[in-house]
Amino acid sequence: MSLTAAHSVVAPSTNSKRIAGVLVVGYALISIVPLLWIFATSFKTPPDSIAYPPKIVFQPSIEGYCNLFTTRTRQTPEYINALGPATGFCDETVRKRNMVIAGPSNFLPRFVNSLIIAFGSTFCAVFLGTLSAYGFSRFKVPLADDLLFFILSTRMMPPIAVAIPIYLMYRELGLSDTALGMILLYTAVNVSLAVWLLKGFIDEIPREYEEAAMIDGYTRLQAFWRTVLPQATTGIAATAIFCLIFAWNEYAFAALLTSGTAQTAPPFIPTIIGEGGQDWPAVAAGTTIFLVPILVFTILLRKQLLRGITFGAVRK
Amino acid sequence: MAEIRVQNLRKAFGEFVAVQDSNFVVENGEFFVMLGPSGCGKTTTLRMIAGLELPTGGKILLGGEDVTMRRARERDIAFVFQLFALYPHMNVRKNIGFPLLAQGMASAEIRTRVEETAKLLRIDHLLDKSVSGLAGGDRQRVALGRAIVRRPKCFLMDEPLGTLDTEFRDLMVHELRELHNRIHATTVYVTHDQMEAMSMADKIAVMNHGVIEQFGSPREIYDRPATMFVADFIGSPPMNFLRFGGGLARGSKEIVVQGARVTVPEVREDIAPADMALGIRPEHIRFDDASKLRGAIYGTEYLGTTQIVAVETADGIIKARVPAGLHLNTGEQVGLALSSARLSLFEKGTGRAVKTAMYDQAVEARHG
Repeated sequence: MSLTAAHSVVAPSTNSKRIAGVLVVGYALISIVPLLWIFATSFKTPPDSIAYPPKIVFQPSIEGYCNLFTTRTRQTPEYINALGPATGFCDETVRKRNMVIAGPSNFLPRFVNSLIIAFGSTFCAVFLGTLSAYGFSRFKVPLADDLLFFILSTRMMPPIAVAIPIYLMYRELGLSDTALGMILLYTAVNVSLAVWLLKGFIDEIPREYEEAAMIDGYTRLQAFWRTVLPQATTGIAATAIFCLIFAWNEYAFAALLTSGTAQTAPPFIPTIIGEGGQDWPAVAAGTTIFLVPILVFTILLRKQLLRGITFGAVRK
Repeated sequence: MAEIRVQNLRKAFGEFVAVQDSNFVVENGEFFVMLGPSGCGKTTTLRMIAGLELPTGGKILLGGEDVTMRRARERDIAFVFQLFALYPHMNVRKNIGFPLLAQGMASAEIRTRVEETAKLLRIDHLLDKSVSGLAGGDRQRVALGRAIVRRPKCFLMDEPLGTLDTEFRDLMVHELRELHNRIHATTVYVTHDQMEAMSMADKIAVMNHGVIEQFGSPREIYDRPATMFVADFIGSPPMNFLRFGGGLARGSKEIVVQGARVTVPEVREDIAPADMALGIRPEHIRFDDASKLRGAIYGTEYLGTTQIVAVETADGIIKARVPAGLHLNTGEQVGLALSSARLSLFEKGTGRAVKTAMYDQAVEARHG
């Protein structure tokens, strides 16, 4: 007998592990490099950001972030010199380019809109989805299969296909450019996904748990709350993350239906380009900040997300 | 504690009738077992008693109260599920205390009650463990604890030992019966395992296709099966059947099977000529060369104290349980002598047992 470990039939061989490693690293590079580029650009000065050949090594600057959060006006050097000393780093940086800060930009309120609309619609979609998934899973719903198919069918076309009717409806209803309108819209799009995803998870939870609780003196709602919900947390988390990613990234409806008070970050960020030249560092800074919440949320719930993706592949 | 009275209980799922007009009474403190093959309606009956299914017809009385249409939580019963249904997100203590929490009991009292119960079941050392790490037998005990902690009117158990290893199962059969002897709780227990039923039950109902075929003590069911199904379902190996034809007259004591005269318990009714079957338990067969009922040894199963011998007769193989000491060779011709007083007669068409002297006692017992 040789001293090498015995071959396992099911464990992957060293070679296939190596190939898998190379593929994963390759894919990770392809996905991560653009993000790194954006991150790097956000710390470049505007001349560095458009330099050719592109600069890999550069002097970091937060000018992009200054420009993102402020609006500026061009002034004569005399005017600038007549001003008192600069009040901060941003002030100083801006003055070097013969400009003064005129006020805060719209980025912060747009970012807050994004947070409210994305998290609000995710909450609504998951809340409604959990209850209807439970209903479909546990009760004899007349025409349940047809209803479920109907719910799924709302996702058979790209949501934007209904943009024009929704635009007209929203205008009539006064929902255009309101946070409520956007929350309703994203909830409507996401709830079908939530129902299907959660039904799968809830189907896997044996009915005996609720039955035991109901025999032990709980109402159905209490039994649901105390026995089903705690066991469905994985599914709920996975569903929430899918809904959040959609609502957070959604651009087309947001561009169509919001323009002012309820505008979200995705349609706002490109508008930076128009104001005072192609300010790529400011765009990159906006994008970087925009990535943070979803990144944090995904990292916190990565296990559930993985379970959501591989759902059904392995039975417990 | 209370008695359970089931009257004309019926359950249909669309066209399929799961339970047909069941009637039985489980007396206060009795350990009652519903026994039958899977799909016979025993679990459905149990779920109707629990309030998890609503019957299509009939009545259920718990301690004299009509609870037929009441919600499960208003019935004051406890249910032990086959897969135990222990909540994985709670530890043992919380699982056992869960029913008390529903009653709004003070947490100090819940604590004492849970600890008392755990002591009774000898699981007090596990109280703060997570249920997912427990062995099968311990899970079973926790599930039992959750049932008895509330001191309900009755316990319902749906194949609670079905998922345990044989080793644990024998232990738990013992423990369950012992627990019952201590707390005398009215219990309805559903199983497809005749050994569990025979070793625990005060009363057994044997069910098949939604019908209760026989209701009685384990002894009655084994010794005086009411139908061929019961005779075949109970006993390992089951009862042997030998065909014979012709009618029976009241008072006759003899039948002819394969040309041999066999003395049977005195027949108490007239039966028109039809296909009949003689039922013989394996232990009621002896080998006797004088007997005209003959067959060839087909094979033997050695069981230590006894052996099961398969004998090929003109009417197929029948199995006899004979002392292990007997030396037999395959192919050897043997005569079969039957213990006359213990033989059953059946009408093959309906499967019904013919009334004979052997059933006299049973009838007396029921009416007396």
